[in-house]
Amino acid sequence: MKRTLLVIAVVVVYVLHQDFWFWRTARIFGVIPFGFLPVGLFYHALFAVLASLLMWLLVKYAWPSHLEQEIESGASAREEEER
Amino acid sequence: MIPAIVVFIYLAIVVYIGIFAFRRSTGRQKAEDYFLASRSLGPFVFLLSLFGTNMTAFAILGSSGHAFNNGIVTFGLMASSSALVIPLTIFLIGTRVWALGKKHGFMTPVQMFRDRWECSHIGTVIFVVQAVLLLPYVIIGIMGGGTTLATISGGLVPFWFGGAIVAMVVMSYVFFGGMRGTAWVNTFQTILFLLFGAIAIVVIGYGMGGFQSAVQQLQASPATAPLLTRERISPLYFFSYTFIPLSAIAFPHILIFCLTAKKMAQFKKTVIFYPLCIMAIWLPCVFLGVMANRVADVPQIRAKQEARRVLATQGKTMTPEQRDQLREESAGDDVILRLLERYAPLWLAGILGAGIMAAVMASDSQILALSTMFTEDVFAFYGGKRRFGESVHVQTGRIFVIILTIIAYAIALRAPEAIFDLAIQYAFSGFAALSPLLVAALFWRGSTKWGALATTVWTAAAVTAVAVFQAIVPAPAPGPPVAIWSPGGIEILSRTPGGTAIFGFMPVVPMVIISALLMIVVSRLTKKPSHATVEKYFSKASQETEVAA
Repeated sequence: MKRTLLVIAVVVVYVLHQDFWFWRTARIFGVIPFGFLPVGLFYHALFAVLASLLMWLLVKYAWPSHLEQEIESGASAREEEER
Repeated sequence: MIPAIVVFIYLAIVVYIGIFAFRRSTGRQKAEDYFLASRSLGPFVFLLSLFGTNMTAFAILGSSGHAFNNGIVTFGLMASSSALVIPLTIFLIGTRVWALGKKHGFMTPVQMFRDRWECSHIGTVIFVVQAVLLLPYVIIGIMGGGTTLATISGGLVPFWFGGAIVAMVVMSYVFFGGMRGTAWVNTFQTILFLLFGAIAIVVIGYGMGGFQSAVQQLQASPATAPLLTRERISPLYFFSYTFIPLSAIAFPHILIFCLTAKKMAQFKKTVIFYPLCIMAIWLPCVFLGVMANRVADVPQIRAKQEARRVLATQGKTMTPEQRDQLREESAGDDVILRLLERYAPLWLAGILGAGIMAAVMASDSQILALSTMFTEDVFAFYGGKRRFGESVHVQTGRIFVIILTIIAYAIALRAPEAIFDLAIQYAFSGFAALSPLLVAALFWRGSTKWGALATTVWTAAAVTAVAVFQAIVPAPAPGPPVAIWSPGGIEILSRTPGGTAIFGFMPVVPMVIISALLMIVVSRLTKKPSHATVEKYFSKASQETEVAA
């Protein structure tokens, strides 16, 4: 279930990259964000922040810790052998 | 001259870092120490140097140049798509390659492929394709260094001498410092990039009298208003660009870099902060590139705007050569340098120039990667290490660094830069098309060496075909694409002002899809590696993530 939700989150973020709704305008609600940042640029700057949050979610809930454990157990077994 | 002096001080610091790294290395005769810094990089250096390795001259000079001519779309095309795809691939593929490298001692992707698919010469074919696609980066780095030094010094340092200095500096710290030196220099360079964006935007914004009025004026003019939107780019083209960042993880220098982390936990901060680093560097560069269109008192920028205007209004009546000439004149790769020249005080222009030098000198990782690949995948694989020992093995890597730099410098002096700019465009698509190799090797136990060969040969053929097509069919004038092959009214192949379109997509889309299909179909039809080998990669612990055969 957790994995499915994360996959959906990745797909949703990928789809959000294709923001055709801001394609032909520099304004949102009639204004340019901060007076100088066209909305297409502002949106994609926020998208980069969203991507960072997604990565945080992946690291927290889908970290391949079995690989880490495999390496660590292998290393400690080698140390044992060397002793 | 003051900016050039500051840049020379920067170059001296970079050489010192490389030599300091050489002194700090504990096992100078060990291949793993020279090529992978003994797999010991800490979290801070790993994040900044991996990011710096991926930021070539294109991040600062190319992004602002692209934005100058195409507007804000540059950020969505190249930066925000990379902000999602690159950390995702590092998370999924980089961590697994790191674990396999640590477990089995791999130092290059080809070593892993040879072991995973029980192949030898097919691995050599993959090496050749990777090396050919990577070489233009080294050449363009030297060219960029020569051009930047010549511009910053006001022509006092000629191109040939600037290129030679940059080649010598990069060669020195790669030769002495190996991966450790390269990683430390990249860390230093990334800090410079990050400072560069923030300082440049404040200084240029202040010089231009604030950005609010500049944006209003851009929007008021019908010629420049589209630069603040994405109306000049089709949504299909925009979508296609999300395939390009797949190339990052398939670049050998990035994958080799993934092997240098001391612990897997170091990937955590890297994937989380990577998108923010991309934003911090690309947002100012893209924004300043767009703002350069408001500048009316810099003759070089005015000349570019005029060339662009002539191309747009009279391009259809011109010969392909005349259009190419105007495209070259309107290219905006030096707009950031021009803005700094105009608005930054001399001493600051020098520091910011050093930031730009840091970007154009990113070819260090590619030189080291090519040296690692040659030494491991060819010299060691064909018996050199066994015959001559580890010390000669490492010295071979160092000698290769020298030979490669000399060859790249000689080519950089003779060949026109535009050729290598194009070669890099093809290389991005080529490495993206090679990414199914990694996915198949790591996640699909049913993949075979013949599937890998089919994918690799297809990539080489497709890159060559696109290059030949674009050389034969000249780029049309700005405007809609020109259909070249449209059986039954369906537009299959078109030539666009900036490249090629297949069903309206960039070539990278069919290249990646066909590459993946070939891997699946050919693997299904051919003999799998032995059970023991497959089990080595898909042990119980990692089975939860694999795709069933």
